Amino acid sequence: MLYFRQVWTVAGKDLRSELRTKESLNAAISFAIVILVLFSFAMDPTADQIREISGGLLWLVFAFAGALILNRSFARELGNDCLDALVSSPLTGSALFLGKALGNFILLTIVELVSLPIFGVLYNIEWARRPRALAAILLLTTWGVTVIGTMFSALTVNLRLRELMLPTLIYPMMIPALMSAMRLTTLLIAGEPIPADDEIWVRLLIGFDIIFTALAVGLVEVVLVG
Amino acid sequence: MRTKILAVLCLASGLWLARNLYVIFLTMGDEAAQGAIYRIIYFHVPSWITCFTAFFVAGVSSVLYLVRKNSRFDTLAVATVEAGVVFTIVGLVTGSIWGRIIWGIWWTWDPRLTWALITCVIYSGYLMLRHAIDDPTARAKNSAVLCIFSFTSVIITYKAIDWWRTQHPGPVLSFRTGGGNIDPAMEHMLFQNLGALLLLCAAIVVVRMRQEDMQREVEALRRYAHAL
Repeated sequence: MLYFRQVWTVAGKDLRSELRTKESLNAAISFAIVILVLFSFAMDPTADQIREISGGLLWLVFAFAGALILNRSFARELGNDCLDALVSSPLTGSALFLGKALGNFILLTIVELVSLPIFGVLYNIEWARRPRALAAILLLTTWGVTVIGTMFSALTVNLRLRELMLPTLIYPMMIPALMSAMRLTTLLIAGEPIPADDEIWVRLLIGFDIIFTALAVGLVEVVLVG
Repeated sequence: MRTKILAVLCLASGLWLARNLYVIFLTMGDEAAQGAIYRIIYFHVPSWITCFTAFFVAGVSSVLYLVRKNSRFDTLAVATVEAGVVFTIVGLVTGSIWGRIIWGIWWTWDPRLTWALITCVIYSGYLMLRHAIDDPTARAKNSAVLCIFSFTSVIITYKAIDWWRTQHPGPVLSFRTGGGNIDPAMEHMLFQNLGALLLLCAAIVVVRMRQEDMQREVEALRRYAHAL
């Protein structure tokens, strides 16, 4: 019980800090809208074309915008040696990691919830034909992306080239989750059920979340403490 | 002692490869359906098995480094990853050449090919991360964690032909199919070349480990000089 309270305390601290300044959140939402608008100018797609590529477009937007949030996750603790204070506090490394991951997950979900209606309006797409399945895929993928992003944010926090290294490392690692999400989101936005052939993508997504959460929780202590 | 081992490894792999090249190009006949280009399988499949073996060794070394904190395991991990990336590129290039002749295209976004490329990019990221960290202990620790994460892409690449319907040919080796998908003489030759490439990989790993040890010594001396 104490463990979960620790997780929630870290997540609450991060969320309060972010919602007071809105540094990353505003930047991520603005960036997501800019990509959606730029894509419309660049490709000028028809309604049918956009339905076919909707999953790919949305997850590229979420992944790029999400990197702005994930990059700040541990970097915001560098000032005044806050990271050292957190590491030397009675918190376990995994509680600190899960707290930060939970905070990032909520922030990234907010970005997605703001971007989706804007996507629907700009491209004239009815995106909520299968709301429950779409919500499940969004949450599963967002958790996977958040776990990888938070872990690698901890891994690169002390690097000189942090802003450069984080995207270089996280995007290839996220590909299994993003590929699954792109395929499944396209189907669900088109209002189609997930066919038996594509259930492998759901299994891959769930497996990705479980394996990477377990690896991150097991290894984060090594990264933070040594 | 290590110089002698290296010389033996280089000589053995060189001779074995030369003998294999002679047999593959001058004594073995063409394949009935594909003609002469089928010979690329003797380099393509062994390259992939070699790189998977290298990445597996790197993963195990990384776990051992985190458990024992012995820098020898970090040295082994970086040496095997570098050798593994070289063989990954050989696998991608040979596959691409075969694809151009048989399929008429250099590349297709087939799951097996895509995951293979992702694996190459992920391990290249591992090498980039190492260059970005100056402190040897932090470098070894963070690289070990990344190496363990990276190994998941190797598993997905290996299983891609079972999980998805792919344009990439299915498994041919007897240990995966139970036999019957490849002529025994061809399979024998394939394993011969695998042995030669594994030896070559081991030679590259030994050379890289020596360089890495020297690098460590230079860094330690530099730190000592700064301390003085």
